[in-house]
Amino acid sequence: MGTLNAANTTIQAAEGGFHAPSMAEFFPEAVLFQGSPFEMNRVMIIRILATVAVVVLLAVWANRMKLIPGRFQSAMELAMEFVTVGIAEDTMGKAKAKKFMPLIVAIFFGILFWNVTKLIPFLNMPGTGVIGLPIVLTLTVYVTYHWAGIAEKGLGGYLKDSLILPGVPWPMHILLIPIEFITKFVTQPFTLAIRLFANMMVGHLLLVLCFTATSFFLVDASNGFQFFSIITFAGGFFVFILEMLIVVLQAYIFALLSCVYINAAISDDH
Amino acid sequence: MTPVHIVAASENPLLPALPDIIWSAVCLLIVFLVVWKYVLPAFNKTLDERAERIQGGIEKAEKVQAEADQALAEYQKQLADGRAEAARLRAEAQEEGAQIIADMKAQAHTESDRIVAQAQTQIEAERQAAMVSLRSEVGTLATDLASRIVGESLTDDQRSANVVDRFISDLESQSSAQPVKGA
Repeated sequence: MGTLNAANTTIQAAEGGFHAPSMAEFFPEAVLFQGSPFEMNRVMIIRILATVAVVVLLAVWANRMKLIPGRFQSAMELAMEFVTVGIAEDTMGKAKAKKFMPLIVAIFFGILFWNVTKLIPFLNMPGTGVIGLPIVLTLTVYVTYHWAGIAEKGLGGYLKDSLILPGVPWPMHILLIPIEFITKFVTQPFTLAIRLFANMMVGHLLLVLCFTATSFFLVDASNGFQFFSIITFAGGFFVFILEMLIVVLQAYIFALLSCVYINAAISDDH
Repeated sequence: MTPVHIVAASENPLLPALPDIIWSAVCLLIVFLVVWKYVLPAFNKTLDERAERIQGGIEKAEKVQAEADQALAEYQKQLADGRAEAARLRAEAQEEGAQIIADMKAQAHTESDRIVAQAQTQIEAERQAAMVSLRSEVGTLATDLASRIVGESLTDDQRSANVVDRFISDLESQSSAQPVKGA
């Protein structure tokens, strides 16, 4: 695991006994600007590294774009079209998607890179595994879809469209309006943020658990138990492969749901 | 499960710390701005250019096709015109040929008539000449013969001429009377 984790493990190993990974993993000590609102710890640095990586990759691609693409450009175009067409346009339609395209593309590639740091040696920590980033992402989408809905239909029209289901006998609205309100204004953003955050956090904890256990069985456990290190390592390896999928999947789901929510807010049909 | 180091207030993982929010927002903003201002416009521009190039190619091909069609139609029209012209010329030539043949025939006819007439005239003239020479020779011979027979000189021109003339007139009256009779 990361340098700090490795340090923890060594300390733990030195102390003897096995310490399961804890939430403290996600709140390492501040290393820069301590005490200020710009306080930086390891997670923040990892996020910034991932941000620089995605920006450099996209900018290099955009900079070298040619009419007849090479391999790198083709691959990037494939990825970009997966987002622009596969996610945004297929959900919202070409005309509506155009306006929100920068946000959706930024969300997809951003989340992908902030997620993937958890699989990169010496970083080993998802930028999205600490709640701040999922909250900021969700807030951006949340504000966007409400703002887009209000801009499209006016405040009254938007609220009416969002909360009142058509073709329902009126007494049902006593029940349905609060449910719709909670769905649109509370549940949707909450699940959007928690889904990403929890997936990343738990995946990381699983990886740490598997590999620290492997380390424990190999180094500290009595000879009879060293066999278990094979099982825990295999488990860790499996989780690692699974995380490769989840890293992409969560970026996809987040971008897709963003499109779905925006589309629901600006479309006439319920 | 005691963490090795002391963690600040945000032990609840669902409550974000302020720096967490700030750095998240900074990161998202940077990615968003780069995508919005630089990456997507470049991407869209490339796609548009590519589509335009393909579109241009299709249009060019259509134009060339239309030109080829027009050229073909023109060529076919020219060919048809040429054929019609050829047929017309052939008909004209045939007509002209027939005309020429008729002219030639007529000309040959007159020519042959003329030759025949000329030949007849010539024959007549020769006959006349022969007649004249015959007359004189026969006269001379006859008188010579007669004078030998009679012993008398008939060389007296005046007289001998009278005798010959009379003789020939008899011959003529005989020869002209006989065919009339015979006819």
